[in-house]
Amino acid sequence: MIDNLPFLVVAITILLGLYTILFRKDLIKMIMGISLLESGVNLFLIALGYRWDSIAPIFTGAPSLAMVMPTVQALTLTSIVIGVATLALLLSMVMVIYRYYRTTDVREVTKLQG
Amino acid sequence: MSDCMSKIIRTTADIMFMFIVVFGFYIVLHGHLTPGGGFQGGAVIATGFILLIVAHKLDDFLGWFKKKAFQNFEMSGLILFIGTALAAIPLGYLFFMNFLSGAGGLFGQVVPYGVNPGFLNTAGTIPIMNIAVGIEVLGGLSIIILYMTSGISNHEEGE
Amino acid sequence: MRSIVAGITLVVLAVALLFAAVSIPFGNPAMSDMDDYFIAHGQEQTSANNIVTSIVFDYRAFDTLGEACVLFTAVFGVSVLFRLRKKEEDYEYE
Repeated sequence: MIDNLPFLVVAITILLGLYTILFRKDLIKMIMGISLLESGVNLFLIALGYRWDSIAPIFTGAPSLAMVMPTVQALTLTSIVIGVATLALLLSMVMVIYRYYRTTDVREVTKLQG
Repeated sequence: MSDCMSKIIRTTADIMFMFIVVFGFYIVLHGHLTPGGGFQGGAVIATGFILLIVAHKLDDFLGWFKKKAFQNFEMSGLILFIGTALAAIPLGYLFFMNFLSGAGGLFGQVVPYGVNPGFLNTAGTIPIMNIAVGIEVLGGLSIIILYMTSGISNHEEGE
Repeated sequence: MRSIVAGITLVVLAVALLFAAVSIPFGNPAMSDMDDYFIAHGQEQTSANNIVTSIVFDYRAFDTLGEACVLFTAVFGVSVLFRLRKKEEDYEYE
């Protein structure tokens, strides 16, 4: 049970992100929820590749040759970059929305005219 | 963002900017030996530029670095990346082949396998691609923040 | 009504995720053939000490090409959204 603490943290992070997306009505907070969900997925990938008593997969002055799985770390790197790109685009769209509607509340941003 | 921060913050940002940029280039260049790589180092350098944007006026920053410069950084990084990948085809290898590894020339030193202290002149095309992605991420992240900041200031002027 | 449905969805997902979190074994991945191959042969095939970098830029370099294109597209999208408009060109939404 206590060995699975990283996976529990992943589950709680993803649930917090989902709660924020589903129950908050502010666009900035929904973006925070999306970012939190993304962090949970990244943490899940890293935690999935861990092996007990292993080191990072780098040979420069390595104390032992038991290494954790490197492929998930490469995937996480790609995922982080795409997360940054998505976050920048989402925040820019929220800024444009705020410029025209003067609010970021999703209940107010319902007019489809223009 | 229309007015600048106090003098203490501006001076600290000016001094820290140099160290942040040097540290970022260290991470980019040693990406095949130590933890790090192109994206991480480029993000660190972009953080240095963002520190300058936050501490100073936007017009002052645009007087020192043009938007065009960051666009050129990003484009040249992407072109260097794809060009390194394409350069393997005329030499008779496959796309994205690591043709410089162990060849003896640039970045072509043969490494002793296993645990070693780390030699900079190894790993073939990987350091070149690290530098390319580092330059691209530097330009990309800086110009995203630059466009968002100028969007805020345009908005404030349009009130 | 809408919040009730959302709450039920969240509770079901919470039970499923927490059950999965306590049932996956941590620290002992079941299948690791590909990663063992990378750790064993990555240094002699790419002569880079950092196996993660050799995967990102050599074994899975097409992934990195796509990632660079995604970043470029994001920068392009942001610059389109915040391009400098003339005064009379401003959109009218109200």
